Amino acid sequence: MAAPTHMTIAEARKALKAKKISSAELTDAHLKAMEQTRGLNAFVTETPERAKADAKRADVVLAKGEGGPLEGIPLGIKDLFCTEGVLTTAGSHILDGFKPPYESTVSAKLWQAGAIMLGKLNMDEFAMGSSNMTSYHGAVKNPWRRKGANSDLVPGGSSGGSAAAVAARSVMGATATDTGGSIRQPAAFTGTVGIKPTYGRCSRWGIVAFASSLDQAGPIARTVEDCAIMLQAMSGHDPKDSTSADLPVPNFEAAVERGVKGLKIGIPKEYKLDGAPKEIQDLWEQGIAWLKEAGATPVDITLPHTKYALPVYYVIAPAEASSNLARYDGVRFGLRVPGKTLDEMYENTRAAGFGAEVKRRILIGTYVLSAGYYDAYYLRAQRVRSLIARDFTEAYKQVDAILTPATPSAAFAIGEKMDDPIAMYLNDVFTVTANLAGLPGISVPGGVNADGLPLGLQVIGKAFDEETVFAVGRALEKAANFTALPEGMA
Amino acid sequence: MTALIKGQTGEWEVVIGLEIHAQVISKAKLFSAAATAFGAEPNTQVSYVDAGFPGMLPVINRFCVEQAIKTGLGIDGKVNEISVFDRKNYFYADLPQGYQISQYQQPIVSGGTVILDMKDGSTRKIGVTRLHLEQDAGKSLHDQHPSQSYIDLNRSGVALMEIVSEPDMRTAEEAGLYIKKLRSILRYLGTCDGNMEEGSLRCDCNVSVRKPGQPFGTRTETKNVNSVRYVMQAIEYEARRQIEVIEGGDEIKQETRLFDPGKGTTRPMRSKEHAHDYRYFPDPDLLPLELDPKWISDLKKVLPELPDARKTRYVADYKLSPYDAGVLVAEQETAQFYETVAKGRDAKLASNWVTTELFGVLNRTNKAIQDSPVSAKALGGLIDLISDGTISGRIAKEVFEAMVETGKDAAAIVEEKGLRQVSDTGAIEKAIDEVMAKNQDKVAEYRSGKEKLLGFFVGQTMKATGGKANPGVLNELLKKKLAG
Repeated sequence: MAAPTHMTIAEARKALKAKKISSAELTDAHLKAMEQTRGLNAFVTETPERAKADAKRADVVLAKGEGGPLEGIPLGIKDLFCTEGVLTTAGSHILDGFKPPYESTVSAKLWQAGAIMLGKLNMDEFAMGSSNMTSYHGAVKNPWRRKGANSDLVPGGSSGGSAAAVAARSVMGATATDTGGSIRQPAAFTGTVGIKPTYGRCSRWGIVAFASSLDQAGPIARTVEDCAIMLQAMSGHDPKDSTSADLPVPNFEAAVERGVKGLKIGIPKEYKLDGAPKEIQDLWEQGIAWLKEAGATPVDITLPHTKYALPVYYVIAPAEASSNLARYDGVRFGLRVPGKTLDEMYENTRAAGFGAEVKRRILIGTYVLSAGYYDAYYLRAQRVRSLIARDFTEAYKQVDAILTPATPSAAFAIGEKMDDPIAMYLNDVFTVTANLAGLPGISVPGGVNADGLPLGLQVIGKAFDEETVFAVGRALEKAANFTALPEGMA
Repeated sequence: MTALIKGQTGEWEVVIGLEIHAQVISKAKLFSAAATAFGAEPNTQVSYVDAGFPGMLPVINRFCVEQAIKTGLGIDGKVNEISVFDRKNYFYADLPQGYQISQYQQPIVSGGTVILDMKDGSTRKIGVTRLHLEQDAGKSLHDQHPSQSYIDLNRSGVALMEIVSEPDMRTAEEAGLYIKKLRSILRYLGTCDGNMEEGSLRCDCNVSVRKPGQPFGTRTETKNVNSVRYVMQAIEYEARRQIEVIEGGDEIKQETRLFDPGKGTTRPMRSKEHAHDYRYFPDPDLLPLELDPKWISDLKKVLPELPDARKTRYVADYKLSPYDAGVLVAEQETAQFYETVAKGRDAKLASNWVTTELFGVLNRTNKAIQDSPVSAKALGGLIDLISDGTISGRIAKEVFEAMVETGKDAAAIVEEKGLRQVSDTGAIEKAIDEVMAKNQDKVAEYRSGKEKLLGFFVGQTMKATGGKANPGVLNELLKKKLAG
């Protein structure tokens, strides 16, 4: 039997059932790993007491041969999910001291399935960022380093804490959210697996909103199967979220080993970027070859509006954010910096409470929605968004799923790209399209680059066809046989 | 009909459009399950959605949508099968989300008509541009603390229908009639209680003036005018102010103004109070509202009879004047009361009794018709006694007063006080003879051609019988005897 922190969720579940290990032992091992990896700054809040108590309860249930599909499995929760009575900051100073009196639907579903919370995971402020550098609680360090180098790397973002903790083996899996790539990019940077399901698959109720029409929750874990197990528990219609899909949730776990024989896999030419590193192109070609060997047929396709995706995203997401973040005004919860008048209190509170990136996006969003600019920016962006979605609809007449690189590069060093927001925004170039079109996308580690850093491959599926995404993801995972570990994690 | 205002440079026409905010009758709010009852302790009817907490999402209340559809149908509007909720963004302490969810470009109802019943019995059609659903904001309480404001979020998220009229009204009186008629329709439909004192019905007045035949002038919007009387005052004031400004050589600024009920005047809001760019955009938390056409047609089938249809029926079936019919149908309760009184009786007589005597008493005692001291059945009983000749109309008024005082029915009072009408010709003849004997000079005058004196003799004889003589019989006998 593997060491508890090196088990997958699937393995741990079997071991718990077979009583080879208790949830208390599993949880303690992860709590210890959490302490040992504190230097990564992956957690905003640790909840060891609650974890231990819940593990004890899980063991009682397990002893009776009962329990949910995640009974006794220790997980981390991104700090964007409201957790009842537990500090929830969204990585922002403005939510200082905010302990929600309610539990997000997705996390509640995980607790119903028997999972155990180890703590709340660090993230870019309000999920705005691709490096986890914008968190009020400080940067998260990637457990991976370049071979023979000492500089700390970013874990990606915005779910940087989730990805780092999963990679560092301090949690077995973590919840995350993805608005433009915030699950898939950090998964790619940390050698983990992350899936953003179809928009509407998971309820957004109780998740601090960034951009409502793009935000989707999903898991980050160490294997495709583990992601399927977690997403199974997280998914489902929620009458409290009007945009949640009233559709049955398929058996994701059963789909994982379905194989790819006979599937047609689209290879979009627009994802071949001028000036992209050769290692990215090589990995992509390797992925195509793996799927071919597994019995799938690669098909060249075109997604002609891809080049507009990033600008469209950086109009729509800030527009929605500028409105969603208006409620952080110091009146009812979180930070309040007093002022002589109401307006002054707003200004003082928001000036102190929001970081630079959040302010930048609120300004952009306010601008593109302003009278006289709305048509030129927001409305036009929405029209182009429909064209991007239509590109996929057209492509899916020919193919069953699409294979692309997950990111244009491997993890970069902390401090890099910080002075150039546009360069930072380019991190999302391969991932934003799935958000704009509402489609499911998974990032699976495909190998390491010359520096020994993990690189991810992305599979984008049809709406509500996560099953094919899992099957293709699993085929890549199998072929890649990714066994590399961050330094000191063996 | 157009009433013009005389200025120094000639006559001016006033152009008025009204925006009515009508609170939807619903137990729960537009996007949350919190209660909506009026007068609750501050902040006791607030969900986390209404308070704009992180991660909270709106879910449309189907009943509020149904109420808006019914209202749209009730004003003969077009109910749109697809409408869209937008966010209207602005910061204020009683607006917890930092935006109001409203409908901007695609409202649930487009078009509609409200028919005004004018004093002279004519009607006037006022166009409705649109009706849309939106959330109410909370309330800022500025008088509870010397330096701070308190916020009550009970009203935050309550469903409102904003009903926007075309600029079709030309006088303050028409504006008053429009509000009353719309209120009447809403109350018939049960979609808004129309209570202006509690703020369930609020009005913004758009007013401009122009020389007849000229294009529309620049308008001002006067906000939150909270009674029909104030609306009329605000319009009168604003029209005269605008005429003075223009005739003084200045231009009207398009601005938002506030009504001062104490002075009956309007004043501009501070520019900060309304300098908003609302940055409307479709609310991404809500899908477009799609209505099943069958739902709309089913609701249409079960709409109650509305004031206009009822009025037409009263004119046709009861032969009432359009004006009287309009008065009777304005409130459902009055119409029901009237119909009970009129059933199987002289409908015109019933109408007169309800609109004059009964309304007189209700006004005097400041009571609603539901609390009338004389029930519809009792009033019917009184009219029966008039119709079958038991009492005269004059005596009936006396009996009615006694009914109001004692709550007894008409027949009992007539018996008790011995007010039964005398139709016995012998008794009446005797009284006539006595009166004629006492007034022989007047008899002579009458007989020499001064026939106007008949009234005098009728009065005297009636007095002699204690008012109980049947007026018909009395008249006939008197004429015969006077003729000699």
